[in-house]
Amino acid sequence: MGEDVESTKINHTFLRDYVTEADVISTVEFNQTGDLLATGDKGGRVVIFQREIEPKWDSEEVGEMGDSGEYNVYSTFQSHEPDFDYLKSLEIEEKINKIRWLPQQNAAHFLLSTNDKTIKLWKVSERDKRPEGYNLKDNEGRLKDVSTITSLQVPVLKHTDLMVEVRPRRVFSNGHTYHVNSISVNSDGETYLSADDLRINMWHLGITDRSFNIVDIKPANMEDLTEVITAAEFHPHHCHLFVYSSSKGTLRLCDMRASALCDQHTKLFEEPEDPGSRSFFSEIISSVSDVKFSHNGRYLLTRDYLTAKVWDLNMDKGPVETYQVHEYLRSKLCSLYENDCIFDKFECVWNSSDSVIMTGAYNSFFRMFDRETGRGVTLEAWRESSKPRAVLRTRRVYTGGKRRRGDVGVDSLDFTKKILHMAWHPSENIIAIAATNNLYIFQDRVRPELQTQ
Amino acid sequence: MEVSAEAKRIMVVALGKLYSSRLQRGGLRLHRSLLLTRVMKSARDIYHAALATTDVAASECERRRTPETTAGPDGGKPELEAFRSPAPGTEEVAGAPAELRRLRPRSGAGNKENLNPNDPGQQSRKRRAKAAAEPDFLPRKKAKLEQRPGPPQQLVVTSALMDYVHCGGELVTHPAPAMPLQRAVAAC
Repeated sequence: MGEDVESTKINHTFLRDYVTEADVISTVEFNQTGDLLATGDKGGRVVIFQREIEPKWDSEEVGEMGDSGEYNVYSTFQSHEPDFDYLKSLEIEEKINKIRWLPQQNAAHFLLSTNDKTIKLWKVSERDKRPEGYNLKDNEGRLKDVSTITSLQVPVLKHTDLMVEVRPRRVFSNGHTYHVNSISVNSDGETYLSADDLRINMWHLGITDRSFNIVDIKPANMEDLTEVITAAEFHPHHCHLFVYSSSKGTLRLCDMRASALCDQHTKLFEEPEDPGSRSFFSEIISSVSDVKFSHNGRYLLTRDYLTAKVWDLNMDKGPVETYQVHEYLRSKLCSLYENDCIFDKFECVWNSSDSVIMTGAYNSFFRMFDRETGRGVTLEAWRESSKPRAVLRTRRVYTGGKRRRGDVGVDSLDFTKKILHMAWHPSENIIAIAATNNLYIFQDRVRPELQTQ
Repeated sequence: MEVSAEAKRIMVVALGKLYSSRLQRGGLRLHRSLLLTRVMKSARDIYHAALATTDVAASECERRRTPETTAGPDGGKPELEAFRSPAPGTEEVAGAPAELRRLRPRSGAGNKENLNPNDPGQQSRKRRAKAAAEPDFLPRKKAKLEQRPGPPQQLVVTSALMDYVHCGGELVTHPAPAMPLQRAVAAC
């Protein structure tokens, strides 16, 4: 009997530690109201979470009314399937690279999801009523025997269990030769852009068989290639402006009113390289992995391997703020190059008021920087199962000086636990952090006096 | 010398990553391949610079010695010999000539990359494209051997590099490092 218990334990541990590759979350995105949260994974699935409207706990315990609801699964669907490019004999991964919600216009919700090659528009709608009482059909839809009908009735709508339907409404395919890394919905509500390594296309949401190429940095001779596009985004308010980042660490702001093909940037944002810090890996670590406009549209937030930078749209000579995310890794670049971690692409996000920026790191750590004070804090995406409502602890990586209890040494960092994808609620202090195959949702407490409880 | 040793290591690792990326699902990642190629280029440049300084020092030493030592085989051959017969655990990595061949393309007429005088029996899997219909992801120029001035060197390849060469599969040994690496950037 003892042996059976042991073997069960071993099997259980194995199952717990084993992470299916397909379950790794590859993108996280709130919709414009924050009521819905979508995640995409490597297996091509999209899971949508919805915020509960009523609080689940007694209101006297917390004192809040209706705001701090939990997020529960609303719908799950398979967005993309593995595909094959027969011409080039290449497999096309089903991994969801990005999800972007459209602004809501009616009862249904729309989102765009993309893998390496194809963008799809999905309609998410609810159905909680169905008509019953037809004269010629029964409730299962079978035709009735006419001789059994003795009276007429008017069909009525009866309530049923809530059903969430997700249907593909558009498929935007064959627009990209290279791998799609970004999609961004325009503020005009009608168009969106998709960016791959060398080109950016603009699509109309209603037209799938054609798109406009607005940026093309492919050289005539591919051997002359020096940089690729790494991310792109439309300005939040100006429908003619968009920005794209490159692998050389530059940002280009483009105005579509200037010309049809925006190869000539309107503004080039570049920080002069510090010759003192030049190394073999300078170019790799300067590659921008993510770019985001601030909500007010005045600033840009970029992430490269070691830093997060805030740029003022009016100043292209360099960033206005630079935040060191994990400077202690600078001396470890060679090992990070060998184990491939140096190629990791971290995302970065703004909070709703643009006063705080957040980005991920290793060992399930993520960093938040307060722009007003310039101070940063390290938090860990981990939850003690016995304390479901615990406050997030701040963590520290030991880099010298006095070592405090709880400090983690640089060599003890787990580089397989990386926080690459995250999202911040558009109006509240709620963050969604993707840690491999787990999604953490952290909420700020509304009433500070309740923190002692 | 530490710098050149590190440069060598970086080049070898980059080569390995470029080769393994050909097998990965989803096809070659252009961004990653570009970064690796550029790292390899800069490592190669630094390695050469370090090698050039040691060459100068070595040639001065040789001149001072007696001139009895027979002249080695001419510069072109050792590389061919090295690629054919690997000597395990040898002293110097011939990563340098491999990269030279790859990164200094020779302007040639037409698409000659699949022709190989060394191994005529081996057929490339790719169809011979006509010049007009040539896909843009294939390199137009073939790598050439750059003749470096200076004393001829016994250049041999470590077994590590030979593993990467043989990983090429249908690619023959001679231009093997040349082709996939150029294609690494261009093949998406």
